[in-house]
Amino acid sequence: MDVSDPGAPGPLVDMTGVTKRYGGVTALEDVDFRVTPGEAVCLAGENGSGKSTLIKILSGVERPTEGEIRIGGQMMTGLDPRRAAAAGVMVIFQDFSLFPNLTVAENIALARDLTAHRRFFDRRAARATARAVLDRIGVDIPLNARLESLPVAHKQLVAICRALACDARLIIMDEPTTALTEREVRRLLGIIRLLKDDGVAVVFVSHKLAEVLEVSEKVVVLRNGRKVAEGPADRFDAASLTRHMTGRDVPEAAPGPYRGDGETLMAVDRLHKDGAFTDVSFALRRGEVLGITGLLGSGRTSLAKALFGLVRPDAGTITVDGRTVPLGDPIGAAEARIGYVPEDRLTEGLFLAQSILRNVAIGRLDVHERRGFVDRRGLENEAQDWLTKLKVKASSIAAPVQSLSGGNQQRVVLARWLARAPQVLILNGPSVGVDVGSKSEIHDIIRDLGTRGLGVIVISDDLPELIATCHRILVMKDGRMVDEIEAGTVTEDELSHRLAS
Amino acid sequence: MSGSRTETRLIETPEFRLAIIAVAIFALMAGLSPERFLSPQNLTSMAFQFPEFAILALAMTITMMTGGIDLSVVGVSNLSAVVAATILASLAGPEVAGAQAGLWLGFAVVASLAVGAAAGLFNGILVSRLGLPPILATLGSGLVYTGLAVAMTGGSAIMGFPEIVAVIGNSRIAFVPVPLVIFALLALGLHILLTRTGFGLRVTMYGANPMAALFAAVDIDRILLRVYVIAGMFSSVAGLIVMSRANSAKADYGSSYLLLAVLIAVLGGVNPYGGYGRVVGVVLAVLSMQFLSSGLNMLQVSNFARELIWGLLLLFVMVINVTNWAGLRLRRAPPRTGTQGEKA
Repeated sequence: MDVSDPGAPGPLVDMTGVTKRYGGVTALEDVDFRVTPGEAVCLAGENGSGKSTLIKILSGVERPTEGEIRIGGQMMTGLDPRRAAAAGVMVIFQDFSLFPNLTVAENIALARDLTAHRRFFDRRAARATARAVLDRIGVDIPLNARLESLPVAHKQLVAICRALACDARLIIMDEPTTALTEREVRRLLGIIRLLKDDGVAVVFVSHKLAEVLEVSEKVVVLRNGRKVAEGPADRFDAASLTRHMTGRDVPEAAPGPYRGDGETLMAVDRLHKDGAFTDVSFALRRGEVLGITGLLGSGRTSLAKALFGLVRPDAGTITVDGRTVPLGDPIGAAEARIGYVPEDRLTEGLFLAQSILRNVAIGRLDVHERRGFVDRRGLENEAQDWLTKLKVKASSIAAPVQSLSGGNQQRVVLARWLARAPQVLILNGPSVGVDVGSKSEIHDIIRDLGTRGLGVIVISDDLPELIATCHRILVMKDGRMVDEIEAGTVTEDELSHRLAS
Repeated sequence: MSGSRTETRLIETPEFRLAIIAVAIFALMAGLSPERFLSPQNLTSMAFQFPEFAILALAMTITMMTGGIDLSVVGVSNLSAVVAATILASLAGPEVAGAQAGLWLGFAVVASLAVGAAAGLFNGILVSRLGLPPILATLGSGLVYTGLAVAMTGGSAIMGFPEIVAVIGNSRIAFVPVPLVIFALLALGLHILLTRTGFGLRVTMYGANPMAALFAAVDIDRILLRVYVIAGMFSSVAGLIVMSRANSAKADYGSSYLLLAVLIAVLGGVNPYGGYGRVVGVVLAVLSMQFLSSGLNMLQVSNFARELIWGLLLLFVMVINVTNWAGLRLRRAPPRTGTQGEKA
């Protein structure tokens, strides 16, 4: 154990040898993680590196397979969210988990009332509590405003206040800057400094940390479930962070210039949906990989779903190969040979307990049916063929798809659509939750699809991914297309700048 | 398309456990009173008794495979029996015989199947196109069907059929009771439908994850419509057997069968959240329940106590199963769930 001098404050959080396995997948392996009071720590790692798992374990949502957790010097066995909260560990998730229909004051005070087992809600006391914490971080937000009417940055502040109202000693912030403009980020950093002076520790969980480095003392980098770097924040910069996170010195190669015939494959004309996106028009050429990006809440996900009929736009048209695609009808979209790989693989993409074979076959049943009966041999051959082409590593195609790693799972979803020979493939967050090695292989697949004449749309907030795969990148803001960028003309920093401006 | 079956050994399957339970109950009852339980009369009477609720359990099974349920099965079966009975008693009458009676019976059967299909279609529209929760949609529609049957009959039983009607419920084909033959055919048909056809695979996949089915461009509405139509038609077959065995039809026959059908499906290993179910398991559960039921009868346990036992058994089986299902559902939850916030 720790034998440092007795004058120094003991660690607030001390996790040692933490390992987490899900079935055959090791999400976290033998990770040590410490936070001292008043310290700000950057927990960095790409998607799928294990940082979310670490946070879930620290906040009691998941139990570690092995390892020990101490909070405030006390050993926490069988930690659950309630006990973690009582010990002062608060997590602010990316979606903030606030109540949209309640007021600011209610949102701030309610959680504390619940943890304190109060039976009645005292409106006056709630307002006083809310006022006090808002004052503490020097922010003025109307207490009676309904939460849903607030901009994203204010919601985040409300979430911070709620944590403070519950006497937080450690606030964990998941991707705190993704939805913020640069000015809002500056204000957030100011508040973080105040909190640290008060002795509150902060952990930033992110894959783009350059912005929060300046207020942090320590950086911990995870890659493929292991801790690969740890040290004082001033010894890291954006480049070295990227290097540790990806394990590569050079960024991935860009796709090279567009070499297709320039013929329009898919045309989207003034697509509109109230409250989601406005007057979106663009054209996708044969053989082109087109990126669409934007901050959280920019409308990119609604647009992606609308292109595949999962969201019904109020107006506008989509044509593929000159033919109109019915709106709001995924089956019609699939018949127009549009494919869609969803962002949330686990809930939208996969049938987790079902076999790998079935997960691919579901897209091709209509072809392999003879008077209603399934031609098993035909389906198996075709599925196996695609799984081999996409290099899916599995013990057997009869194994449940949930036994695969994230990267292989994503390839199964890709195989389902590629087997249908789509003309347009829409990939929403193609490498979310995928390890670094698989990620670059998935990027290879995407670039290859382009050269084979498909039109590919990549929707992502992962800027290196867009730069590595796309011929052209469209930027959305507040539901509108605001910028169009030719590949090779921007660096990641410039792109991030244009996104947040 | 055997799914993960190659990965699990036979001994670990829920169906294997069920087979042991069925044999154990049979042995227990045979041990408690061998001369009565094992008598030919008891064995044949069991074979005549269970097909009617077993067929309702098959109807329940296919809806449960999609994560739904059909609480209107008894309503549908009584309504279609009442329609058939009206044709047989009022239009045909007890006097007709010979080929003419056969034609009337055929007509009555077709009419009752049509009623079952229509009722199932209505359920399917409520569940798919209108998106109502199956449990509430079919609870409501079941009352509607029962109400229609009451309105048609004034609440009393319809009697006075041609003699030929008894063929369905009371005769045998080479020593095998006809209801048992009908049940066996339907069970085999459902098994083939679920395991060999594209439709069956889609039903399973939809039940396993409706959201992913939507994102995979599966025609969900069509699948649900067909599932509820099949459930409706199975229910009307059960209604015809009840009608023939009772030699009458009434709006409120077999009301205890609803709980029994749900119990058998769940006991048979069908996942009430959808995505898993095997006809073999349901058949084994049917046998277990019939052995238990006959045994309790011999031990002179009252009917009321029996319902209490069914209810307890249903809850018990679900509690046993829920540990597994909960594990599956947890893994199904999205990775970034924000439930933490409410607890913090």
